[in-house]
Formats: sequence, C-alpha cells, structure tokens
Amino acid sequence: MAETSVMKRPNLSMVAKLRKKWIEIYKARWPYLFISPFYILFLIFGVYPILFSLYLSFTEWKGLGPIKFVGWKNFELLLKDKLFWHSMENGMILFFMYVPIMTFLALVLAVILNSKRVRGFRFFRTLLFIPYIMNIVAAGFTFRLLLNQKYGLVNALLEIFNIPPVPWLESVWGGRVSLCLLVIWAWLGYNMVLMLAGLQTIPGELTEAALIDGASPTQAFFYVTIPLMRPVILFSVVLSTMGSFNLFSEIYNLTNGGGPVNATITPVIVIFNEAFRDFRLGYASAMSYLYFIILFVLTLLQFRYFGQQVD
Amino acid sequence: MLTQRFSRRLTDGLIYTLLIAISAFMLLPFIWMVSTSLKPPDEIFAIPPIIISPNSSLNAYVYLQEQYNIIGIVKNTFVIAFSATILRLFFCALGGYGFAKFKFPGQGALFAFLLGTMVIPGAVTLVPVYIIMRDLKWIDTFWPLIIPGAANAFGIFFMRQYIMSVSSELIDAARIDGAGEFTIFLRIIVPIIAPGLTSLGLIFFMASWNDFIGPLIYLKSPEHFTLPLIIRSLIGPVGRTVYDVQMAASVLSLIPLLTIFLIFQRRIVEGITAGAIKG
Repeated sequence: MAETSVMKRPNLSMVAKLRKKWIEIYKARWPYLFISPFYILFLIFGVYPILFSLYLSFTEWKGLGPIKFVGWKNFELLLKDKLFWHSMENGMILFFMYVPIMTFLALVLAVILNSKRVRGFRFFRTLLFIPYIMNIVAAGFTFRLLLNQKYGLVNALLEIFNIPPVPWLESVWGGRVSLCLLVIWAWLGYNMVLMLAGLQTIPGELTEAALIDGASPTQAFFYVTIPLMRPVILFSVVLSTMGSFNLFSEIYNLTNGGGPVNATITPVIVIFNEAFRDFRLGYASAMSYLYFIILFVLTLLQFRYFGQQVD
Repeated sequence: MLTQRFSRRLTDGLIYTLLIAISAFMLLPFIWMVSTSLKPPDEIFAIPPIIISPNSSLNAYVYLQEQYNIIGIVKNTFVIAFSATILRLFFCALGGYGFAKFKFPGQGALFAFLLGTMVIPGAVTLVPVYIIMRDLKWIDTFWPLIIPGAANAFGIFFMRQYIMSVSSELIDAARIDGAGEFTIFLRIIVPIIAPGLTSLGLIFFMASWNDFIGPLIYLKSPEHFTLPLIIRSLIGPVGRTVYDVQMAASVLSLIPLLTIFLIFQRRIVEGITAGAIKG
C-alpha cells in the first residue's frame, strides 16, 4: 500500500504539470499563431531542403529518374576536385584583396564625415551610398564597358598619363582587381553607413578628451575610435567574409562566370554550374555542404578572434 | 601658430581630395551608363571617348520597347517586388509582434533558432528548393520569387526590436475594451509601427527589384523576365553592338530605385543600420 501511494504521487503531479503546461500553451495560442508563418515556411523551404540536400550528397542524381546511392563517393571526388579548391582559394584571395581596403576606407570616410569639419556631409553620404541601390547586373556590364582593354574609358584616361593599356578583364590579376573594384564600388557606401551609425553611438567627448590631452588626430583614430568601433567593424568584416565567398552576380556578369581562366571563380559559381548547367545534383549538394561547413568554421574563428578583443 | 594653421589647411586639402576622388569613382559608372545609352552605336567605342554626344537619341530605349516589350518587363519586376514586399512586411510585423509583446513557453529557444537560421547560406538549399518548385509546377512563375522569403528572419528581428518600444498600455486598454488579438494588431500596432515598416519595406523592395540569382534560376520565358535578367540576356542583331541597349535597360532599372532612395533616404539608412547597431 505504502509503495503504491509513493508511486502514484509523482504520477499525479506529472499529469498536473502536463495539464498546466497545456493550459499555458493554449493561453499563448495567439503569439504562436503570429510567429508560425516563419516556422512553417522554414520547415518547407529550409529544414526539408537541408535534409534532402544531405541525403542527395550521398547519391548520384540528374534530377529525373531513380536516385542512386553512392556512399562517400561524392566527398572523395570533392577532396580531389581542383576547381572547387581553386574557387575556395579565390574566395580567400578576393577577401584579402578587398576587405581590408574597403573596411579601412569605410571607417576613414565615416570618421571624416562624422567630424563636423566637412561641408556637404549629406551630399557626400548620399553620393557614396547610391551604388548600393544599383542592381549588380547593370553595374557589372557598365564596368565591363569602362574596363574594356581596347576601347574602355579607363584605359583611355590612363593613356593621358602615358600608361599602356591594362588588360583589366583579360588577365588573371586584372580580372581579380576589376572584380574588387566592382565590389568596393558597390559596397563601400553601405559599410560606411554602418560605421557612421556606429560612430554616432560613441560619445564625442572621448575623442575630444584625447585630443586635448595632446593626442594627434591619427593617434585618436587608432587608439580611441578603432577600439570603440570593434563590434561594428566585426559585423562589417563578417558580412564581407561571407560576401567574398558568396560572390555570384558580380562574377556572373562582370567576368562572365569566373574568367579569365577561372581566376575569379568562387564556390557559389562552381556549385551553380554543377547543379544547373551539368545537372549533377548529388555532387552539387555534397559541395554545398562542405562549403557551408568551411564557411561556418571561418565565421566562428572570426568571432573568436575579434570577439575576445571586444570583451 | 602659423604652422598649425598650415597643417590644418593641409589636412583639409587631403580630406577634400580623398572625398572628391572617391565621389568621382562612385559617379563615373552612372555617367557612363547614361551617356552610353544615349549614344549612337558607332560612337560607343570612339577614341577619344565621347561623353555627351551631339547625336544623342532615345533610339536604344525605343528598340528595347519594340524588341523586348520593356514596359512589360518593368511591370513584372514591379509585381514581384511589390507582392514580395507586402507579404514579407505582414508576416514580419506579425512575428515581431508575437515575440515583442507576448510571453509564451519556448520563446527564448524559438527566437534563438530564428536568429540561427540567418547563418545558413542560400547555396545549401539551392538545389532542393529548385526540386520543390519543379514538383509544385512553379518553374517559370513568379511564386518561387515571392513565397519562400515571405517570413524573413532579419525582418522579424527588426520588427521585434521596433515593437518592443511601443507602450503595452495601449494594447491592454484595447484588450479590456474587448478587441480581438488580430484586431489589436491591425488597428493599434500597425499604425504605430508604420515608420519601421517603411524602412524595412524599402529594403525588401530594393532587394527584390535587384535580385538576379532567383529570376535566373526560375524564370524561363522572356516575357516573364525581370529587369536584371533582361540586361543579362540582351543580345543585339548581328553586326551591331548591344551596349547602348544594355545601358538603356540599366538606366530604366535604376530610375525607380533612385527616385525612391532620394525621397526615403533617411528611412533606408535607418533600416540598414538597425541590425548592425542593436544586434
């Protein structure tokens, strides 16, 4: 008898707890309904595709007909896939080519525009930000025109200074530099606006105090502004890292999908070609998985490195 | 004293040189785009380059309409961007409201999950989402460009931050008066958060208007194309350069956004910076 009552008590309280939980959930039916569209859509267009993609990465499939299971074969092929690793390398190269320049320039411009010394603050801010609203296809083709080796405006301008025509889009490093120019052109204003907003959260007295204590403006910039701006700089750099590996439209339109000789090809272009040009859906899925893992680790490392300094 | 003033002048000079050089870099492509779209084809590659041609005309624009029905293309782009924006705003405001003004079991975990989904790159789901769209028979329709992004994680996060600053007393008062939960959302919350909705809506609209990879994958027949896609796919008649036509389409794709931007600049900047500063 004593034993059963001991057994029963927790059971009862379990039922009561469950009941209480259900009442709580029922009471919250409105907020659940309000937030549900996101989770329903994510289930269909997020969770299911991610799982299906994982399954596909162990198969060979042309999109039609039977799906053939092949085990780790895709990943084994992937480790030896020169084009894929070359595209990852390109992502790195492009990252180091434009992210430091763009971030630094954005910060310097933001500091300049934030100090009330410059007249026409609004005018310059608007002007620098406008490229952000231009679609990248239009921008890509305009840059192609400007950078044309024989007839482009840029080489014509360089000729005035007796500089021989630069093979912008016809050489390996020319192609990369052209791509960086396009990306900086498109995103500098955006990053500058982020930095400007960050600067406005820093109390002006701090820099003033440093200047009164005898620091030069350059010292104030490096020892006061940059440390205080770390969170915003981190945000901007993390976005740009993902950006440099995810470059797609820029390359598709400016360098015709990664040319010359694949010097500007990035992982997303390779995945896109495998999937939508060659219809190797299994292989493309494996590739996108590996790509995601690498990018994820990279982002974590960045957070670790900068994050510690933020604290 | 004199040297100090001199060094100040020098810095000012350097600052203005930098600003003007960068502004020129930013403006050049726009000038060249407009200039090329107006030039007769044989002057596009003239050496020395011609900036404003005395023979300027709107021929390229007329050609675009006659050969490609560009007005129809603009309409497609607008229909997609507008419906995507309205739907997204609705679901984001609703979701943001749910997270900001209610307490419910699992709230923290659900919100963390929502933020977590933002790190998944689109490339991972490219193939399977395409298969879903194919099985739904949605290829070559506007649906794949509207439905999947209808509830956007960033947008919900943005609206939550915004709605948290709305006073709860209004909501409680309406509840006491017997208003239904959905009525409270539509009649009380939506009017208050209109400025936030404008900021977010402008960002959504611009992103959808300029989207390239989506239309590239899903739109097949030329009469369904959007502006970015048509710029990519333009090929002129044999023996004629296509650059003036391409630049004309580029100008057309830019004008509406430029107009919107110049009117709503402050709101757009607010929307873009909200994520970076508060997050």
